[in-house]
Amino acid sequence: MKLLTLNFLTCARKSCKSSPAAFPLHPKDAELEQVETEMNAVFLRNILPRLEWEAMRSITTELGLPNLPAETPASEDLVEKDGNGDGDGKDDEAAAGPSQIARDLHALLMETCIASGKLVCGNCGHEYAVKEGIANFLLPSHMV
Amino acid sequence: MTLFLPRLCDAISLLRFENPAERSPGHGSVVLVTITARSVRNTELMRIQNIDERHIQPQYIVMLPTPSTSHVNYDHIYEPAEDSYLLLDTLASSTETKFLEDRFAPATASPLVLEVGTGSGVVLAFVTAHAEIIFGRSDITTIGTDVNFFACEATAETVRVAVTEQARAGKIPGHFVDCINSDLTTALRHGSVDVLIFNPPYVPTEALPEARSNQEALDGSALQAAFERDSHLLALSYAGGAEGMETTDRLLDQLPDVLSKRGVAYVLLCKQNRPEAVLKRVREGPGGWNAKVVGTSGQKAGWERLCILRIWRP
Repeated sequence: MKLLTLNFLTCARKSCKSSPAAFPLHPKDAELEQVETEMNAVFLRNILPRLEWEAMRSITTELGLPNLPAETPASEDLVEKDGNGDGDGKDDEAAAGPSQIARDLHALLMETCIASGKLVCGNCGHEYAVKEGIANFLLPSHMV
Repeated sequence: MTLFLPRLCDAISLLRFENPAERSPGHGSVVLVTITARSVRNTELMRIQNIDERHIQPQYIVMLPTPSTSHVNYDHIYEPAEDSYLLLDTLASSTETKFLEDRFAPATASPLVLEVGTGSGVVLAFVTAHAEIIFGRSDITTIGTDVNFFACEATAETVRVAVTEQARAGKIPGHFVDCINSDLTTALRHGSVDVLIFNPPYVPTEALPEARSNQEALDGSALQAAFERDSHLLALSYAGGAEGMETTDRLLDQLPDVLSKRGVAYVLLCKQNRPEAVLKRVREGPGGWNAKVVGTSGQKAGWERLCILRIWRP
């Protein structure tokens, strides 16, 4: 499963839904793999406002990956400043390539996958297994 | 009845045939023809003309290729059927693409599209591959859930194939992330889903299949156990309990929590689910939600009659 997916998931237990500790889930014993995908600059720019930046930062730290910047990058940080544009930022996107930040973000969110391991709820401690890249959030009936 | 024809020329020759009913399997009128032509330009619209009205009612046909599901094992995964195709047709209809384009204007944050109960993945793959046509933008994120582990595997593959095909054709598809093995929307963060699509187990049955943890479902190794497991997984995909609404009712109850401020849901119902009652309930419930029938199929007597409800926040 892609790391971006963790931006949208919480513990499945009803009693955890309102607890801030149930998000993000904490990866444990995670085996990572890198799956190459096409980068899309518009997608990156428009997914930025959807990211829970603090949560994504803590996940990358827990996985031992390079730290994300402290603040959410601005959309202009995603394009190469030394591109062919005239500097007014208007038509630069087409001319300039993606910045290092954009490439790192793409690699992290869309290409870094948890192949196997567990996702742990910070509130109740329940562990959700990830096998063959698929996370299992089914709960035994007494825990729903 | 919906006919699925592998090539555009098949459809044309069928439509021009003097008495199309003779060539269609079974008897009855053909009300909708969906062309799954893989080689046809996506955006092309055509109006079928010169048709014997007794057999085919002319309709606008959006020629978006239906995703391939040839790799899917239907022993334990729901096979795409009329209900699945009604969802495809409805989501690609001009009224819905207009609605979605307006609601999720291009410069806004990337919408998250969730399909609950993906099965083969044919609907989610279609939405992901044709994001540009359905949403007017390709920068959408799509995610699926299914209680069936095999369906999760199949969905990922169906989406991968459809997206690869789009990219090969020089088009930019949407961005699928994962299919989560989970019950309805329970794994999703509240307020995170912008568009929810649900083709529920809607057939009225005496009882819902009993809940089983995934491990029990997967442990069966003997032939008998595997057969029981497959039957159970298939039952989960169609058996809806009382009025066929037990699972749909649970989903409807989750909508106010899981949908974002601009959230919209597409939910398929059959006649026995009493769609009018559901419409009324949603409209009169708290929050002033809107609900409207935006797609139907099988209006003729004796046929399974299906409709799609669009439910959205004001």
